[in-house]
Amino acid sequence: MLTIDQATYDAIVAHAKRDHPDEACGIVAGPEGSDRPERLVEMVNAAGSPTFYEFDSTDLLALYKQMWDNDEEPVVVYHSHTATEAYPSTTDIGLANEPGAHYVLVSTREHGNNDGPVEFRSYRIVDGVVTEEEVSVVPALPEI
Amino acid sequence: MAIEVRIPTILRTYTDGEKAVDGSGATLSALIDDLESNHPGIKDRLVEDKAGTPELRRFVNVYINDEDVRFIGSLDAELSDGDQVVVLPAVAGGAR
Repeated sequence: MLTIDQATYDAIVAHAKRDHPDEACGIVAGPEGSDRPERLVEMVNAAGSPTFYEFDSTDLLALYKQMWDNDEEPVVVYHSHTATEAYPSTTDIGLANEPGAHYVLVSTREHGNNDGPVEFRSYRIVDGVVTEEEVSVVPALPEI
Repeated sequence: MAIEVRIPTILRTYTDGEKAVDGSGATLSALIDDLESNHPGIKDRLVEDKAGTPELRRFVNVYINDEDVRFIGSLDAELSDGDQVVVLPAVAGGAR
C-alpha cells in the first residue's frame, strides 16, 4: 500500500493538470528504507511529449546526488498519462528501474487542465511484473 | 588505477549489494570490460550491440565526474585515476 499525505497528493495532481497535454513526471523522495514519501520533486519532462516522459540526464544526476547526500531514495516515481488510463504501459514496465519504488500513474484524460477528478493509481513494478496497490491518502504522514 | 563506480539499485545484484565498486580502464569501454570480469553480467545491462558496434544502451546514463558521457565520446570517453563514474538508469516511460 502507498500511504501519501494530502498535500503531496494534491501537488502531484496539480502538476499533471498543469502540464497536460504533455506528460508530467517527478518523484517523492523519503529517507532510505522508510517508505515515507516526504519530499516532492517535480521534474521537467525532457521529452516534452504527450506520449513519453524522460528526466533530463543532467537533472537526473543532480536529483540522485541530492538524495544520496540526504540518505534518501525515490519512494514514489510518478508520471501522467494524458489520453489513456492510469496503468503502466509496456514502455513504463520495460523502463521501470526502481524495484523499491511506488510507481504512481495519474491520468488527466478526462478533465485535462481543468478541475475535476483524476485517476490516481499506484503500482509496484519488479522484474516486469506489475502489481497494483491500494493508495491511502492521509491528512499527514504519521509521526515517526 | 582505481576509478570509483557508483552502481544503481537495480544493478546491485551484480555487485553483491555494493553501492560502489572500484574498476580500472583508460576508456569507459575498458572500464566496463573490467567491471564485467569482476561482476559477470553487468556489461550486458550497460552496452548493446548495434549492427556489430557496441553502444551504450539508450536508457542507461553514465557520468564521468558529473559529465554525461554522451557529450564526451560515449564508450570512448577517456578516464584517469581518481575519476568518479556514476551509472544511473533513465527515469522514463510513456503511454505507448
